[in-house]
Amino acid sequence: MAENFRLAEGGRIDRERPLRFRFNGMEMQGFAGDTLASALLANGIHLVGRSFKYHRPRGIMTAGPEEPNALLQLDRGGGRSDPNMRATVVELIDGLDARSQNHWPSLGFDIGAINDLLSPLLPAGFYYKTFKWPASFWKSVYEPRIRAAAGLGVAPTEPDPDRYLHRHAHCDVLVVGGGPAGLDAALMAGRAGKRVILADEQSELGGGWLARPDVPLALAGRLTELATLPEVTLLTRTTVTGYYDHGYVVALERVTDHLADPDPDLPRQRLWRIRAREVVLATGAIERPIVFTGNDRPGVMLASAARAYLNRFAVRPGTRAVVFTNNDTAYVAALDLAARGVGIACIVDARANPEGAHVAAARAAGIRVVTNAVVAGTEGRRRITQAAVARLAGDGGLAGHLGEPMACDLLLVSGGWNPNVSLFSQSRGRLRFDERLQAFVPGEAVQATSCVGACAGDFSGFDGDPAPLRPLWAVPADRPSVRAKAFVDFQNDVTAKDLGLALTEGFRSIEHVKRYTTTGMGTDQGKTSNVNALALVAEKLAKPVADVGTTTFRPPYVPLAFGAIVGHSRGALFDVVRRTPMHEIAAAKGAVFEDVGTWKRAWYFPKPGEDMHAAVARETAAVRRTAGLLDASTLGKIDVQGKDARTFLDRVYTNAWSKLAPGMCRYGLMLGDDGFVMDDGVTACLDDRHFHMTTTTGGAARVLAWLEDLLQTEWPGLEVYLTSVTEEWAAIAINGPKARDVLAPLVEGCDLAADAFPHMAWRPARIAGIAGRIFRISFTGELAFEVNVPADRGAEILEALLEAGRAHDVELYGTEAMHVLRAEKGFIIVGQETDGTVTPLDLGMDWIIAKKKGDFIGKRGLTREDLQHPDRRQLVGLLTAEPERVLEEGAQLTEAANPAVPARMVGHVTSAYHSPNLGRSIALALVEGGHGRHGQTLHVPMPSGQSIAALVTKPLFIDPEGSRLHG
Amino acid sequence: MLLIDCPHCGPRAEIEFRCGGEAHIARPASPEETSDAAWRDYLYLRRSPKGLHLERWNHIHGCQRWFNVARDTVSDEILAVYPMGSPPPDLGRT
Repeated sequence: MAENFRLAEGGRIDRERPLRFRFNGMEMQGFAGDTLASALLANGIHLVGRSFKYHRPRGIMTAGPEEPNALLQLDRGGGRSDPNMRATVVELIDGLDARSQNHWPSLGFDIGAINDLLSPLLPAGFYYKTFKWPASFWKSVYEPRIRAAAGLGVAPTEPDPDRYLHRHAHCDVLVVGGGPAGLDAALMAGRAGKRVILADEQSELGGGWLARPDVPLALAGRLTELATLPEVTLLTRTTVTGYYDHGYVVALERVTDHLADPDPDLPRQRLWRIRAREVVLATGAIERPIVFTGNDRPGVMLASAARAYLNRFAVRPGTRAVVFTNNDTAYVAALDLAARGVGIACIVDARANPEGAHVAAARAAGIRVVTNAVVAGTEGRRRITQAAVARLAGDGGLAGHLGEPMACDLLLVSGGWNPNVSLFSQSRGRLRFDERLQAFVPGEAVQATSCVGACAGDFSGFDGDPAPLRPLWAVPADRPSVRAKAFVDFQNDVTAKDLGLALTEGFRSIEHVKRYTTTGMGTDQGKTSNVNALALVAEKLAKPVADVGTTTFRPPYVPLAFGAIVGHSRGALFDVVRRTPMHEIAAAKGAVFEDVGTWKRAWYFPKPGEDMHAAVARETAAVRRTAGLLDASTLGKIDVQGKDARTFLDRVYTNAWSKLAPGMCRYGLMLGDDGFVMDDGVTACLDDRHFHMTTTTGGAARVLAWLEDLLQTEWPGLEVYLTSVTEEWAAIAINGPKARDVLAPLVEGCDLAADAFPHMAWRPARIAGIAGRIFRISFTGELAFEVNVPADRGAEILEALLEAGRAHDVELYGTEAMHVLRAEKGFIIVGQETDGTVTPLDLGMDWIIAKKKGDFIGKRGLTREDLQHPDRRQLVGLLTAEPERVLEEGAQLTEAANPAVPARMVGHVTSAYHSPNLGRSIALALVEGGHGRHGQTLHVPMPSGQSIAALVTKPLFIDPEGSRLHG
Repeated sequence: MLLIDCPHCGPRAEIEFRCGGEAHIARPASPEETSDAAWRDYLYLRRSPKGLHLERWNHIHGCQRWFNVARDTVSDEILAVYPMGSPPPDLGRT
């Protein structure tokens, strides 16, 4: 396809570098320096998409990030597919494949356009009112159909193959926007020696200057000087998307999107996280469309956009234009277009007596100017063909058409200018409605933010002044209302009528009107529509615009890829994975791992042909028959030192620590000050001022932080030092009647005999030649030792123990068998039997609460009446009537087998397993007044309607005398 | 994201810190002599003011030290940073 609309000369494109691209499969050509939109226009393409709801043909309306219509699906190959890309900001690259969205079977002929005729059935909020019957149709029929018919592009199906980086930066002054005002601000700060970052979203600096017929020489001068300032960083293709607290600003740099064949070492995009002492917003202004009937046809374009296409990209956006304005700036565009051979049929000015240099120049150039007039309607299916012009009456209505409709293929619109206050508003700055501009301008700043240039409402640098203007929020229709569609929000197909309907139905707050009609909610976030919408609402409510106020501006300013937000935090780098020193051995033995916090723990070790049930049954039985080895390295370990260490333990545990001798250990429960169980673990006394504390695997970090908090803020007088040593030690538990026999041959310097090394003692020792510690502690009720050695020797010691255990049929066991074994003994797991509302009394652990010592955390809490209540949920055991039936953890318990609904639930199952050692199922549960219910039968109603009967018992199923503990 | 001036490490991004809620909640010196109502207030009752808020922060990914911060909850402006155990500075507002 030829570039019939490219001017022979001029523009900032590189005519030496032609680029080929495809639009809906058609081969086209553009030049380096083009945007996709300018290249399409050069090829005479205006129709580029179908609208969201009515499937109306839509064209390119703007030349910037505010574009609501020209959203295309771009395919860059290799799974790289980007939906909803604004053609107006996509730089053309060779081989680009662009497709239009939201139509079937084709852009030119779209079945969905029937919605346009059905529009009386699809008013604002239609999905709240229609498609309601029958109710079952909503989910299965209506919603899927509506979603399929309404829409934007298609999400990519492949994982994003590109790389995205994050970069942190700090500066004295961040300047957003590289137009004349921004360049001046950067120069001023740079000359003062400040560290400056200037971010501009375009491919080259210059902003509005780039759209002039002749770019001022001053631009080159400023860029040259900026380049000499060492502390100034210039970022092009970088859009500031968010302005947060304390000068924290996020910007997206498109590093390689404009390169057809990028260096693979470069990331696709880079997310800048900038902390700026001061932010200067030079974000310019965005031209407003005008709301009139048929204002959405392809060929209707903002006047400033047409000027940019003409001057910057050397593209004629049409051959014959009507210009519809209420201010002077569109005259400049009209004059530029006329000078490059575009016929100007007429300038339709809503003002009664426009005057000034640009108006005079237009008249002098022989351009027809009609005043006190509006474009009241347009025609043309896939491109505008004519515009009907009407006089305005004194009451704001129409006073009849002004001659026949004017033939045109381009309609330029300017309804005034909105300072681009999005980032200022994000920074929490307050906005003020400027009556002269009829727009919101920055008011009082909350952060160190200043606005310059058009962003501040200062249009002195503009060609033509946006004020005085005649406010024109909605032009009356020149046709029956059913055929008149005047769009406010182009992307969401919200019309002036929809806003009126919302008000009729009683919505008043602009935030509610926004949500009900969806105006301003598209990917463009209402950049072209918001002010028109709220002014329209103000007009209909007969309120000042300032009183209606604006909706909230939220980040991001423009859409950004999830990949850019995520950066490197994906796949293996998404979260920390912690592996124990023995992980590789477990993996080699076929372990299946489970996630416990950030740890990978061996869950069970299936042998060939075994499922989980079989493996756990074998491991569990082996521990009680011979012995088993468990990797216990993940338990939290905290080194506690200092002269007040013992006092500290006395205060944070419920039991007494004053008499724990060096060489001995003790199990402790930690409560919160509310009296509820928070964590548990065994702590060993290394010497009088030195203890080795263990915590649950998941609670390690929380407990350490909490203990630090107490030491620093409650008891700063205590001399205690805490250090996490979780990862310093590898820990292996050896449980079972053969534990001593397995371990003894490997141990030097320590007598393992029962009298020399009693239960709850610890000893330093050499194990397989490695200096470490042995603790005689048991989480299974069996004779047990836990060996701790420095982490880097963990694998070695496990190999040695496996070798030593071979003669005794020792098995590795995982966390699932560990759970079964401890449940057989009724040992709790914090977080399973407890949920933050369970006291030691509820658990039947009264014995662990010291009666004689002074205050400890939780002591006062436990005395609250509610926590002493006999009907609290208390820990019990459950034995199902059918021994094979394993209860579901979390299942509710009732007193009756078939209770009336709503049933009173008297408890819930906290743990349930098949116990191979007992040959039946066991469970632990929290039951109201459970300690007094032993011998009762409770019921577990299941979703099937059937109930499972279970006998309440003590939470202790095996070896009630505890004799196995001693081997 | 707030910029918090850690008294030991200097200004750092909020992501390095953990907020510990309202400051100056002293654990009663004699819990056993504290009434149920007073104990409930100590455990659970916290202010959620619009405006000046005194709160505890911990530089958890830095020096791990606790300190107090006076922050305006409307503007998020940090008005003062002061040590644990010190009374709040006079900020001329409540």
